[in-house]
Amino acid sequence: MDPIFLVEAAINGILLGGVLAVLALGLNLIFGVLDIVWIAYVDLVMLAMYAFYFMVQGHGWSVWVAGPATLVVGALLGIAVHLLIISPILTSAPINQLLATGGLLFFLQSFATFLWTTDHRSVRLSLPSVEIGGIFLPFTRVIPFAISILAMLALYLFLRHTYIGTAIRAVSQDRDAMALMGANPQRVYVVTSAVGGAMAGLAATLLSFQYSVHPFFGGQFGPLTFMICVLGGLGNMVGAFVASFVMSEIIAIGGVMFSTEMGYVIAFVVFIVVMFARPGGILARRE
Amino acid sequence: MLEVRRVTAGYGAFTALWDVSLTVAAGEAVAVVGPNGAGKTTLMRVISGLVPSRGGELVFEGTPLTGRRAHQIVAHGIAHVPEGRRIFPGLTVAENLKMGAFLPPARRAYRQSLERVYGLFPVLAERRAQRAGSLSGGEQQMLAIGRALMSRPKLILLDEPSMGLAPVMVFRLFDLIRRVRAEGYTILVVEQNVRQVLKLVDRAYLLEVGRIRMEGRAELLSEQDFVRKAYMGL
Amino acid sequence: MSGPRLAAALAIAALVGAPFVPMGGMRQYVLHVAIQIFIWAFIGSAWSLMGRFGLVSLGHGAFLGVGAYTTVLLWNHFRLTPWLGGPAGVGLAVLVALVLGYPCFRFRVVGHYFGLVTLAVGEVVRLLIIAERDCTDGSLGLTLKTAGGDSLLAVQFADKRVFYYAALLVWLAGLWIWHRVDRSMARAALEAIGEDETAAASVGIHVTRFKLGITVASAALTAFGGALYAQYITYVNPDTLSGIGVSLKIVFAVVLGGMYSLLGPLIGTALTTALSEGLRIAFGLKFLGMAETIYGVLLIVFIIFLPAGIAGGARRLVGRRVAPVTASPA
Repeated sequence: MDPIFLVEAAINGILLGGVLAVLALGLNLIFGVLDIVWIAYVDLVMLAMYAFYFMVQGHGWSVWVAGPATLVVGALLGIAVHLLIISPILTSAPINQLLATGGLLFFLQSFATFLWTTDHRSVRLSLPSVEIGGIFLPFTRVIPFAISILAMLALYLFLRHTYIGTAIRAVSQDRDAMALMGANPQRVYVVTSAVGGAMAGLAATLLSFQYSVHPFFGGQFGPLTFMICVLGGLGNMVGAFVASFVMSEIIAIGGVMFSTEMGYVIAFVVFIVVMFARPGGILARRE
Repeated sequence: MLEVRRVTAGYGAFTALWDVSLTVAAGEAVAVVGPNGAGKTTLMRVISGLVPSRGGELVFEGTPLTGRRAHQIVAHGIAHVPEGRRIFPGLTVAENLKMGAFLPPARRAYRQSLERVYGLFPVLAERRAQRAGSLSGGEQQMLAIGRALMSRPKLILLDEPSMGLAPVMVFRLFDLIRRVRAEGYTILVVEQNVRQVLKLVDRAYLLEVGRIRMEGRAELLSEQDFVRKAYMGL
Repeated sequence: MSGPRLAAALAIAALVGAPFVPMGGMRQYVLHVAIQIFIWAFIGSAWSLMGRFGLVSLGHGAFLGVGAYTTVLLWNHFRLTPWLGGPAGVGLAVLVALVLGYPCFRFRVVGHYFGLVTLAVGEVVRLLIIAERDCTDGSLGLTLKTAGGDSLLAVQFADKRVFYYAALLVWLAGLWIWHRVDRSMARAALEAIGEDETAAASVGIHVTRFKLGITVASAALTAFGGALYAQYITYVNPDTLSGIGVSLKIVFAVVLGGMYSLLGPLIGTALTTALSEGLRIAFGLKFLGMAETIYGVLLIVFIIFLPAGIAGGARRLVGRRVAPVTASPA
C-alpha cells in the first residue's frame, strides 16, 4: 500500500477524533456529575441532526444560524431527558437508570422512523478541499475539527473559571459536600444536562457536514462513544479527550488497511484489552 | 440559637436517633460525645439537612428548619464540616474555598472571607494553587473548616475534626478551633477525643445508642466517674 | 402434594396440553408466540444468573450471536448437524466468556465498567459478523439451508408443535438450573459478593472462580438459546442476534419481570412479546415505527414506576408473604 494512504488516514483520524471528543466530553460530563451513562446520548445527537437538516434543507436557514440553533435544541433535549427520565430515578439501582436511558434509545430510534422513515438525509454542503503535499483535506472535515477544538476550549474555560463550572467539577467529586456548600443539586444536574445536551447539539452540527442522518445513526457512534469514555476513565475529561484520538486513529488506519468494520473491531478489542490492564482508564492513577 | 426538639431519625429500617433534644445558645461551644455508632454523625446530618428527620423539630434563630434540604439550611447560617472532611480532592485549595462561598450573599463577601480564612490558616494561603487532595490530613481539616467559614455561618457543625490525625496535629487543631471560637462563631462539635474536646467547650451532651444519656457543663461531665473511665481512659 | 408444587404441576400439564386445545385458525400463530416467549424467557433466565449477582452484562448478544451463527454456518457450509453445531457454538461462547470473564474478575472490572466492557464484546461480535460478509452475508443476514423436509438430523420441522415442546422443555430446564444455582452452596457466597466484594474475599471465597462459573454457565445457556432460536426461525441476522439492541432487550425483559424471582424472566418476556405483537397487529405496516415507539415509552414508564419489576412489585403488594431469599435492592 502506498504510504500516502496511511498518512491520509492518520490525518482523517485526527480530524474525526475532534468531533468524537466533543461527543465523549459531553457524555462524560454528565456521567461525572450524575453517575449515569446515558445510553441514548448519540440518539439525541441523531435527533439534533434532524433538527439541523430541517433548518437548513427545509427552511433554508444559513448554516451559521442553524448551527447555534441546533446547539440550543441539544441543550433543551438534555434538560428534557433529565427532568422526564433521570430525575425520577436518581436514587434507583444503577441498572434501572441504565435501562431507562436504554428505553429512550428504542423510543428515539422508532419515533424517528415513524416521523421521517428510514431514508438517509444529508445536508448538502459543497465545500472545497485543500491539497497539501499530495494529500487532500476536505473542508467538510477541517472545519468541524477546528470548531470542535474551539468548543472544547470553551468547555474547559467554563469548567475552570466560572462558579457554576467549578461547582460542576466539585459535584462530580462529592455530591453531598456540594449540597453543604448551598448548591441545589437538582440545579447543578439541570445545568450539567443542558451543557451535555449542547455538546450533543454541537456534535450533531459537525457530524452533519460529513454524514447523512437516519434513525439508526446512534448505532454508528453510540457504542464507540461509551468505549472512549471508559477508556479515558469515566468522568475524566482529559482522559476522554486523549482516548478520542486513540480510538479514531485505530478506526481510521484499521479502516484503510482492512475494512471499516474491522477498524471498529480492532478499536473495541484494544479497548477491552486496555480495560484489563488499566481498569480505571488509560490516565488513571495507579493505586 | 439552635433548638433540636425530640428528633427521631434513621436509615431504612434502622433508627439511629430516638427523641434527641439539645440546644445551643449564641456564642456557645457545645460538644456531643459518645461511643462509636451512638448516632453522633446522624445527629449532625439531621441538623444540616443531609438526613431527613422522622419526627421532632429543628428551630434555628426562631425559624423552623424541619424538613429543609441541605442546600437550604446553609443559607440560614449553619455550616457543616462533615466527618472525613469531604473536601474536593481534585480542586485546588482556592477553588475549594471558592465553593464554600457558593451562595450569593457569601459570594459578595468573598474577598473579605478569604482574607479572614487565610489569616486563620496561613498554610492554606501558601498552598492556594495546590490540589486539595495533595494536602496532609491536618491541612485538609483546616481547609474543610475554612471552606465552611467561607459561607459566613453563624453556627459551625464540626464532625470528628480530629479523626485520623497524628496526636501532635490534634493539639494544633484544637488550638485552631479555639481561635475560630474566639472570632465569635458558635460551635457544635462531635468528637471521640473526649478529653480534648471537654477542655474546649462550655457544655456537652453524652449520646449513647441514639439517646441523650446526660448533659451538663463540660467540667461537670469530665468529673463523672463513668465518663472518665469509659471515654477518657482514666 | 403441597400447594405451590400442585400449582406448578397443574401449570405444566396445562402447557403440555395447550397445543391440543382447538383454536380455529389461530393455532399456528399462538404456538409461534409461545415458542418465542419460552426461548427468550430461557435466555432471560440465563442472563439473570449473572445479573442478579451484580454482574450486569450488556453484551449477551455476543453469546447469542456466537451460538446461532456457529450452528447455522456449520450446517450451511459443511452440512454439520446442529446436534454437533449447537454444542460447538456453546463451546465457542464458553471460550468467549472465559477470555472476557477471567481478566474482568481478576482485575476487578466492576459496575459500569463491566457493563460497558461486555457491551463492547457484543458489538465486536456483531461487527465481526458484518465484516466477514463473504461467509456470513453480512448485515443482510443468512437463511438456514433447508434439509428438504422434516429432519431430526437437521433439526428442521414444519410442525410448530415440535418446537413448542422443545422450547417448553428447554425453558423448564433453564428454570431448574436457575433454581439449582439459587439453592446451591454458591448462593450465599455469591450474594456476599454482590453485597460487598472485600467482605466476601476476606472470608475466603474465591470471588473470581465463582463469578467465572456463573458467567460461563450464563454464556453457555444463552448460546444454546441462540442456536435453538436460529433453528426455529431459520434465519439469522447480526442486528437481531448480536450487538447492543438485542442485548438491551434481554435485560429489559428480565428487569421488567423482576430479576430476583424464578418466573421474572418469563413474566417480563411474555409482557414485552405481547406488547410488541399487540402493537404490531394494531398498527401493522401503516405506521412504520409506531409500535416500537409506544414500546419504548412503556419501557421507560415501567422502569420508572416499577423499579423492582413486576414480580417484585407483586410481591410487595402481597406483603412479602413469601420471604424472598434473594431479594436485594442492590
